[in-house]
Amino acid sequence: MTSRLSAITLNTFREAVRDRVLYNLILFALLLVATAPLFSQISIDIERLVLVNVGLSSISLFGVIIAIFIGIGLVSKEIEKKTLYTILARPVRRWEFIVGKYFGLMVTLVVNAALMAVGFYLALLITQRKLTGEDGRLFVAIYFIILEFLIITAVTLLFSSFSTPIFSAIFAFAVFVIGTFGEDLHNFAAAAQGITKWAATGAAYLLPNLAPLNVIGQAAHNQPISGSLILFNTLYALVYSAAATAGAVLIFERRNLK
Amino acid sequence: MHAIEIQDLSKDYAVGFFRKQLRPALKSLNLTVECGETFGFLGPNGAGKTTTLKLLMGLIFPTAGSAKVLGKHCLDPEVKRKIGFLPEQPYFYDYLSAPELLDYYATLSGVASAGRKQRINSLLDRVGLGDVGKLHLRKFSKGMLQRVGIAQAIVHDPEVVFLDEPMSGLDPLGRHEVRELIQNLKDQGKTIFFSTHILSDAEALCDRVAVIHKGELRGVGVVNDLRSTISDKSEVIWQGAHALSAVSGMLTASHVTGDTVRATVVRSALDTLLEKLRQQQARLVSVTPLQGTLEEYFLSKTTEQEAVRA
Repeated sequence: MTSRLSAITLNTFREAVRDRVLYNLILFALLLVATAPLFSQISIDIERLVLVNVGLSSISLFGVIIAIFIGIGLVSKEIEKKTLYTILARPVRRWEFIVGKYFGLMVTLVVNAALMAVGFYLALLITQRKLTGEDGRLFVAIYFIILEFLIITAVTLLFSSFSTPIFSAIFAFAVFVIGTFGEDLHNFAAAAQGITKWAATGAAYLLPNLAPLNVIGQAAHNQPISGSLILFNTLYALVYSAAATAGAVLIFERRNLK
Repeated sequence: MHAIEIQDLSKDYAVGFFRKQLRPALKSLNLTVECGETFGFLGPNGAGKTTTLKLLMGLIFPTAGSAKVLGKHCLDPEVKRKIGFLPEQPYFYDYLSAPELLDYYATLSGVASAGRKQRINSLLDRVGLGDVGKLHLRKFSKGMLQRVGIAQAIVHDPEVVFLDEPMSGLDPLGRHEVRELIQNLKDQGKTIFFSTHILSDAEALCDRVAVIHKGELRGVGVVNDLRSTISDKSEVIWQGAHALSAVSGMLTASHVTGDTVRATVVRSALDTLLEKLRQQQARLVSVTPLQGTLEEYFLSKTTEQEAVRA
């Protein structure tokens, strides 16, 4: 089982690399490093603030875009091109295929984030001429971004297990946008009345709440991030992504590959 | 133990958007294939060949019935280690090289890493791709892809190989190469189940064939037996051209060379013809039952029920 899972994971990652998905990141890193001196020309007090906001938001946005646009094709492309037929004719369980694909995309996204983070820290070094202990805290923000990828990838995979790629992309992006404003949805649900309250409460708990995972503002202002938030976010991302992946497996197990 | 045993296997698809109706793609198929047999599954496009193979591979789920391969349910992981499958017009991961692709499939099939590389290299030599090196599959010709397809189907040395239209879309040279590969597998004693609508390939390779049309099994048997069922004529050769005028009324065709006559006659008239020739003191040389072609058998099985309905 482990060898089959790791083979599918590696193949998914290899596909992303050879389809040059990661090339955009090198471009991003180069752009960020190249434009770093411009940040120095902004007022000395906010140059770091701007760079951290732009850098971390870019890592997050690029990753989510890659997660959605590769995620929607993870299953459908294999069915469309019939490559899945030669996989499932072997002793590979359908859940192994789904989980292997999920891991493969996650490896791609982590490598993606790591490469971007290198470019980001390089830009930070050029701007400040040194790295401080406070810059180390930015790792927590990057870690939360990766947790966000865990959730978005699982949600995309869930949609792609029963829907067309275009609808999967629309649904997944909608979930990302709603999830980003998850706190607002919870507040709205608390304030609403009647059937609206029921619907909003249901949506607030069903859809992922990505708001606690966004600590870019805190990181940029050097505000500490509590250990309990790190623990809560880690557990939340793991449980939510496991549930969404399990949903994808349940649907895919029953699917006729016409 | 049969290599393949299919019992009452059926598949219906729901068609329509609002008022869904069931359209049968396969109707209660019963079929057995013996170990070591090369079995041709013949039928026109849309007959249900690919549906049957997809059911056997677990890609779609049956509406009714079941299938066993090597004595176990066809979806048993133990069975899947012992079978190989080449889908129709396959497409493989084109960003991989042939050795990478085979290594991936070998890993998924549970081939031990020790000796895997050697096995892949010898397999690539066997399918005539020993010199492709690290060339990515996106640069392969259709014939090369089909050979890679056969290589992936046998990379784990399966006992039963399922091939869906393995010669489809290939030029004559490509077809010849693939036929050689299948013959090679046959010589090794593998059980081969292949679907095709190219009857000459089935005639050349298969021990037995089945004809399927509109989801129904229309006939199954040894190729020569099926061919003989389609013709009710015999060829009679005798010496004594003088006898021809006495028997010409019962012949369907005749050809005279010197004193030798070669004629065809329907089997029901054969005894009378032989009696008349004896009376005419002609010397009988041979009587040979004529066989139809597999194509004639195929056409008779794929059109007879339509004719009855009409």
